[in-house]
Amino acid sequence: MTSITKTAQAGTLESSDVMITVAPGTQGSGIVIELESIVLAQYGEEIKAVVEKTVKTQEVTDIYIKAADRGALDCTICARTLTALSRAGAVLKEEML
Amino acid sequence: MKNAIGREIPEKISGIAEIKPFAGAFATVPEMRRQAPKVKRIKPTDNKLVDNLVEVFKKIPVTDGMTLSFHHHFRNGDGVVNMVLATAAQLGLKNLTVALSSVFPVHAPIIEHVKNGVVTGLDTNYMSGPVAQAVSRGLFNKPVVLRTHGGRGRAIECGQLKIDVAFIAAPAADAYGNLNGVEGPAACGSLGYAFPDAQYADHVVAVTDYLGEYPLSPISIPQTRVDYVVKVECVGDPKGIVSGTTRITKDPVGLKIAETAAKVIQATGLIKNGFAFQTGAGGASLATAAFVRKMMEKDNVVGSFALGGITGYMVDMLEKGLFKKLIDVQGFDLEAIRSLATNPNHLEVGADFYASPFNAGCAVNQLDVVILGATEMDTDFNVNVVTGSDGVIMGGSGGHADAAAGAKVTIIVANLLRGRLPIIVDKVLTATTPGETIDVLVTERGVAVNPRRTDLKEKFLAAGLPIKDIQELKELAEKIAGVPKEVKTGDNIVAVVEYRDGTIIDVVRQVEG
Amino acid sequence: MDLRRSMLFIPGNNPGMLQNGGVFGADSVILDLEDAVAPMEKDAARFLVAHALRTVDYGSSETVIRINPLDTFAAADIKAIVPCCPDAILVPKVESAADIHQVIAMIAAAEKPGQTPVKIIALLETPCGIVEAYNIAKADPRVVALALGAEDYTAGLGAMRTKEGTEIFTARTVLINAAAAAGIQSIDTPYTDANDEEGLLADTELAKRLGFKGKLSINPRQIDVIHNVFSPSLSDIDWAEQVIQAIRKAESEGSGVASLNGKMVDLPIVNRAETILHLAQLLGLMEEKK
Repeated sequence: MTSITKTAQAGTLESSDVMITVAPGTQGSGIVIELESIVLAQYGEEIKAVVEKTVKTQEVTDIYIKAADRGALDCTICARTLTALSRAGAVLKEEML
Repeated sequence: MKNAIGREIPEKISGIAEIKPFAGAFATVPEMRRQAPKVKRIKPTDNKLVDNLVEVFKKIPVTDGMTLSFHHHFRNGDGVVNMVLATAAQLGLKNLTVALSSVFPVHAPIIEHVKNGVVTGLDTNYMSGPVAQAVSRGLFNKPVVLRTHGGRGRAIECGQLKIDVAFIAAPAADAYGNLNGVEGPAACGSLGYAFPDAQYADHVVAVTDYLGEYPLSPISIPQTRVDYVVKVECVGDPKGIVSGTTRITKDPVGLKIAETAAKVIQATGLIKNGFAFQTGAGGASLATAAFVRKMMEKDNVVGSFALGGITGYMVDMLEKGLFKKLIDVQGFDLEAIRSLATNPNHLEVGADFYASPFNAGCAVNQLDVVILGATEMDTDFNVNVVTGSDGVIMGGSGGHADAAAGAKVTIIVANLLRGRLPIIVDKVLTATTPGETIDVLVTERGVAVNPRRTDLKEKFLAAGLPIKDIQELKELAEKIAGVPKEVKTGDNIVAVVEYRDGTIIDVVRQVEG
Repeated sequence: MDLRRSMLFIPGNNPGMLQNGGVFGADSVILDLEDAVAPMEKDAARFLVAHALRTVDYGSSETVIRINPLDTFAAADIKAIVPCCPDAILVPKVESAADIHQVIAMIAAAEKPGQTPVKIIALLETPCGIVEAYNIAKADPRVVALALGAEDYTAGLGAMRTKEGTEIFTARTVLINAAAAAGIQSIDTPYTDANDEEGLLADTELAKRLGFKGKLSINPRQIDVIHNVFSPSLSDIDWAEQVIQAIRKAESEGSGVASLNGKMVDLPIVNRAETILHLAQLLGLMEEKK
């Protein structure tokens, strides 16, 4: 497990996009996700699960993630999360690139 | 009890007089006589001009428990509803019912009047903004009645919506009560939604900020039906009333849908001389008109009429000879006003003429094709245009169910995925328009035809259109976006959705919060 | 032969457009990592396009990725994109066969074992590229088409870009000729005024007359017009069928020479007729004709 070193952001607030902001969490805080979405009722849990899975696959922890979702599909959520992680200093695994 | 499309309707709903479940689009037959208001007379020397609203309230007099009616031809620029209700509040009136044909964000002060007991009932065909949100959260003690534009005309004419006082916002009036919508600072075009009220209300008050010389012309609503004329400072904000120009969408997906919809219409074989057409002003609807127009131009087709809310685009088609007539119940922009004022082939009609199911024939029955939108559609083709994805009210039928019932071919244009949400669901949250009146769904990823219309399906296949089963389209959407969780609503009924014939097609339940 | 009548650019950092890229019916979609993406967003677009390639169904459209030029982010783009199995890579600003060889080395290194080899379409958009057109076209069997990028090319010439396109006449014909000589396709530069449908039609008809097999497109609205121009007309199909009938008749009669309406039918004509019928079949036009 690793953690990120700085705050970073990826994505936009355009329709079908999601803006992901990541920041280092305090030690032992785990993965904290705050989600705001136009489809919270229908897809809220799925969105959180995709973000969490993406972060876990990269073996990153102690991280605070804010996701402002405008109806993004899972592939977009995953891509924006990886971009934010990479911008925050995480060294991503090859196969996810 | 379950109605004809399987929606659960309570036998009794507190605050609603009689529950007749929806039985089918043409199954319910009227058994009543028309409502007749009191016969009026005024003497030759009587004066209709009243100084202010307070005085009118006293002259009528407006009393507790009355139903006051209003109309939406000023849309989000309306000042009259708020002005009249403020007067009611000032005079200490209680327990009023507001029958306003459509509620817009500008009408937010209604919320306070409800909280203070001034207003206790709402009867409307469409609502958006703060009032709609508050209704969804249980603002009223008794359910709001949601009607169609034609259904409101019917309810007034048949006596189910009894109006004590109609307040008609008039862009122009003369002192003797002749009104029109094409002059004055708040010119809005057609006054069609106010026509039934002028005919059947017990008292009719014109509220204007522009007094013309007697006799005003043209006359939309005549002096014979108007009891009082009140001159106020300002009836509304022109910026909220009309838009400068109505633009065609540039969204490539919307254009793709519109182009496919036009090909669908072409494949029906209805684009020929005498073609009668209705389309909305928004998104893919107006863009469809643009593609249909090209087809008409290419084949030298002269249509009979275009109907409904009229935009400058339709006016241009009239003036270029693509349609012989426009039938206008509501204008959307400055071009529509100019045309209505100057072109004898641009006809102003009332909501009842436009769409009421219970008279000797309404205009939607003469339509070949109507293009409509949807927020949700189920696999039985039932459409929801009332509640949004969160269960909150964000619209209403307006003329949706009316035009769908009348037209030979009813086409829904919609993105298969709106944001992330699939348009097609197993069961719409709120049914507004029954599937038996919907023929085709056009999306960017395929066209679904109602199984009732095997005739159309054959034509579309022959034309090489991308026909898919509705179930197949639904699965395609879910494959892309995932299966959405159903929205949870509470038990409390906040609105009943009335079909155009007065039966109950569905109810809207309260959302959390 | 793959159809590339229309090749539609989709901006690589726009999720809405990426997920809908397949609905417009273009023969190819070009998910763009280059001009459509701001320098600061190159990383984001790369992730997005890679995920779109894996999950979005582009239907019958060929998937093509325009990478960044060799001297900027091409290496990172190829490394991220190639394992996601695009059909082809559109390489910008190609100026020599060596450029192609360099790209192929990177692609080959990034391909997974057993992966269908990724094709290359070379975008020629400099005077040098035009001069080298034939060598580029012949550089490797992976190169399946040459495409013209006229905006940068005219800048390179120091000429004004006009709607009539007189200034790119030489580039067009040189590129078409080089591609034809190498036995690959030639794709015309996009028509950049999306609101001018008549101009698009005239420009596309010119491209077809000159010998282009398809056209780049910057707006989904252009696809129908482009397809109409590049699809065989009913009279084309009629003619092609007559040619084939004439050949069969000659063969059955044991004659080596066929003729149609008094003109000799030789091999190039037969080839052209076969191409038309093949295209017509691919597009379902034979059914429609009946």
